[in-house]
Amino acid sequence: MSTETYPSGRPADRLRDGDRPVAHAPSAAARKAGGVAGWIDDRTSAAKGVNYLLRKVFPDHWSFMLGEIAMYSMIVCLLSGALLTLWFVPSAGHTVYDGSYVPLRGQGMSEAYASTLNISFDIKGGLIIRQIHHWAALMFIIGLTVHMFRVFFTGAFRKPRELNWVIGSVLALLAIIEGFAGYSLPDDLLSGTGIRAMEGFVQTAPVIGSYLAYAIFGGPFPGEMIIPRLYSAHVLLIPAILVGLFTAHIVIVALQKHTQFPGPGRTNDNVVGYRVMPVYAAKAGGFFFIVFGVIALIAGLFTINPIWAYGPYDPSPVTAGSQPDWYMGFADGALRLLPGWLEFEFFGFTLSLNIALGALVLLPLVYTVLGAYPFFERWVTGDNREHHLLERPRNNPTRTGIGMAGITAYSVFFFAAGNDIMAIKLGLSINDITWIFRIGLFVFPVLAFWVTKRICLSLQRRDRETVLHGFESGRIIRGADGSFHERHDPLNKYDQWILVQHEPATPMQLTAEADENGVASPAARKDRLRAKVSQWWYKDAVNPVTPAELAAAHHDGHEAEALEAPLDYEGIEGRQDHAGGEGGEGADTDVKRDDESDRDSDVDSGIGSASRLRE
Amino acid sequence: MNEQDSPTTGSEVAQQGEFGSGAVRLDEGHVVGEGGIPDRFTNPGFPPHIHRGTDLDPRAARRAERVIGGLFLLSVLGTIGFVVAYFAIDKRAAVFVPGIGDMNALHLALGVTMALSLLGIGLGAVHWAKTLMPDEEEVEMRHPMRSADEDRAKFGEILAEGAESAHLNRRPLIKYALGGALGLFAVPVVLPVIGGLGPLPGDDLSVSYWNGEQEQDGSYPNPKMRLMRDPQNTPIRASDVTIGSVFHVMPEGLLDLEEGILEEKAKAAVLLMRLDPDDIKSQKQKDWGYQGIVAYSKICTHVGCPVGLYEQQTHHLLCPCHQSTFDVTQDCKVIFGPAKRPLPQLPITVDDEGYLISRGPFKEAVGPSFWERGSA
Repeated sequence: MSTETYPSGRPADRLRDGDRPVAHAPSAAARKAGGVAGWIDDRTSAAKGVNYLLRKVFPDHWSFMLGEIAMYSMIVCLLSGALLTLWFVPSAGHTVYDGSYVPLRGQGMSEAYASTLNISFDIKGGLIIRQIHHWAALMFIIGLTVHMFRVFFTGAFRKPRELNWVIGSVLALLAIIEGFAGYSLPDDLLSGTGIRAMEGFVQTAPVIGSYLAYAIFGGPFPGEMIIPRLYSAHVLLIPAILVGLFTAHIVIVALQKHTQFPGPGRTNDNVVGYRVMPVYAAKAGGFFFIVFGVIALIAGLFTINPIWAYGPYDPSPVTAGSQPDWYMGFADGALRLLPGWLEFEFFGFTLSLNIALGALVLLPLVYTVLGAYPFFERWVTGDNREHHLLERPRNNPTRTGIGMAGITAYSVFFFAAGNDIMAIKLGLSINDITWIFRIGLFVFPVLAFWVTKRICLSLQRRDRETVLHGFESGRIIRGADGSFHERHDPLNKYDQWILVQHEPATPMQLTAEADENGVASPAARKDRLRAKVSQWWYKDAVNPVTPAELAAAHHDGHEAEALEAPLDYEGIEGRQDHAGGEGGEGADTDVKRDDESDRDSDVDSGIGSASRLRE
Repeated sequence: MNEQDSPTTGSEVAQQGEFGSGAVRLDEGHVVGEGGIPDRFTNPGFPPHIHRGTDLDPRAARRAERVIGGLFLLSVLGTIGFVVAYFAIDKRAAVFVPGIGDMNALHLALGVTMALSLLGIGLGAVHWAKTLMPDEEEVEMRHPMRSADEDRAKFGEILAEGAESAHLNRRPLIKYALGGALGLFAVPVVLPVIGGLGPLPGDDLSVSYWNGEQEQDGSYPNPKMRLMRDPQNTPIRASDVTIGSVFHVMPEGLLDLEEGILEEKAKAAVLLMRLDPDDIKSQKQKDWGYQGIVAYSKICTHVGCPVGLYEQQTHHLLCPCHQSTFDVTQDCKVIFGPAKRPLPQLPITVDDEGYLISRGPFKEAVGPSFWERGSA
């Protein structure tokens, strides 16, 4: 056996003939693993699956950590929340406080509030756990929100990941409901006012409002049922759904493999990155501790929700500047913006759309629109292929614009929830601020869409210019005729690839409206809207440089101002596409064409205007 | 297939302005040169790997090792510090932190040491991965999510066969009976929930403590009740109420309740203000008040927050939750914000001893709107 493996050509090798092969003893670590892992594997045959998971490759990018932040914050919430249940008493039952916080001693309050004070002042380390729980909850929702931004703007939600996007949207909605429920539990004046408002929201549900409110609160507001009920939702019902959906979310990620950003060597068929063992085990595992550590540090340094300062809940007093936690801000802002005339009375019945629209409709509407977005985009683009490569946001200007418009609308609602604070801090009239937001809700998103799209197109044009003309080297070269020009260094092929890898725009084609016999096609009528939207989607598209365009740019000889002069060499069809000043095909690109030496404009053509070069 | 490398064929350039007819479908390719130049760039493959300092220089690697070890040790120190702080620091001790202010010393120490303990592990592990663990990226191939056609076909077959062998189609009785059973089985679970969640509201939302205790026949006595200061629980003389002052008021007896005090407060809370009678623009408001003293429900008609902010100069009431603004000189009409209805007024007068009393309950439901509020 060993003789076969050694080449017998060299004399020295013959000396080894007849040697017995060395049987390598398993290393100590392997033996040990064999002991424990072997015991488990004997009973589960898990080795194969675990091996596969340990060897799994994950791509690396800082933005992929955003989801991790959400995941780890959620775990921190679960851990710290489990500890808080040891001391928290979910009861609205009346008690008199006799703990160590002097200002409230002797005051009547609910057991929930008293036990929260107890956690904050009398249990050593209780306050840090409470603060970690609250900060982790905020971090969870911030993390998942920014994670959604990343997924949205890079198009990671495209097939086959629409399902995971929908799951993620549900998770996001559940997270803020979970947050609201938890925020309400201490039964302090601020959160109690939040529940009061929530009761008002429920009352305005058409027809069944008062019945619904009495069912939820177990009678008149506030009653003694709402705290235990919110508690059961907060620690059992919603977390169970949250963890279940989150698990599905992660399993699907593993199943579909992670998306990756485009780059040299990265294709739609592979995934390039590091293996779980050891790199991601250390990086992701370490990152859990970093997230936890940062939360602990914030919790130690910055007090959030000092419930002792608010006092116990009472329906009569109120504090100025009453606001919910930030993630409920947009709904609260909507309530502040909706005008009162949206309440109607007819036949003795009252329909309060001024409340119901903001409180009952907005939240589900936002998350339905969010969840439905991938299906809308697929309908517009007609793209039914699997996508595992992310898009750079600039390469999909319309989507990026829509995303920014959405964020802007959200922000208007969000900042509207602080209109009173802004009025005080900025010394402005609250009425003016509210009106600016009311109008801004309709104006700002449109502006944001337009500005974002223009920025994306400009960035794409700059990419084109970089590919076509390279980098300015700073070296001035004098020509034989005494002219000067600056030498441009070409990009290397790896940098270039990132700028040219994306797909050219391809709007939907409208099928013929009538067949050859003049019979109208019903499908065409149905598709007309779709084609229109698709045209709007791809309007002004800037396409990546093609090799032909690059060749044409280089052909000019100066390597610098490649397409400045009208192209006049032979063999090019469609010369009008490139003749300086004549205008390419991209409607939008003509706009900047008047610039006398605007190099990019000459090559910057719209859809389907690549040069057709015959050589 | 790599979407970037997909060879697209086509011979004609789609012309601008002809989207409707000439535009190419997504999967039909784009623009193709015909002269030997490919229509798209091709993926250049991986760039040459650049080694890290720690790969090339053993001293750098040793340095990294020391940093990683140091970070892990820092974590141990943090943990020890946490334990020491837990036992050593009194839970009432305060400490001044520049930029933040006075803080609970124990809380601060626990937070910071815990953060050290966690960050030491986290930063150490990440630094380890970044400096000493392999940094050459590896490639794993993807496979289409779609199962093979035969598997998909087989799935349908198995379902059909299963249904067939279970006699599902041949015995419709079973099918429909099972359907009915499955459709109804949740009822025993759901019914007690719906039935037991809470009582029906009845007229509860439309009456308040000012209506008095409900009689056997369902009517209310609508007694005259003294207006009591909240929380002092003392009656108010008309002469105590000066122009510009505002009183938080509860009906007589409410604050002595043993049970259900919050529920009653949530509907009965009243604000009492005195205006110059000449400032009052509504005759009804004057009639229901007493010499310019007027009483209004404190519960916002928007979503029920207490309308807690009174501007003495303008006689505006502002709700701090959503900034609905009510003008007291105009019968608490909404002059700004999301509320629609004015705050309900409580008719008042004085009794023989000069104390303010109600002349009856609110004439409408207080607080947020609900569907049947007008019909009660």
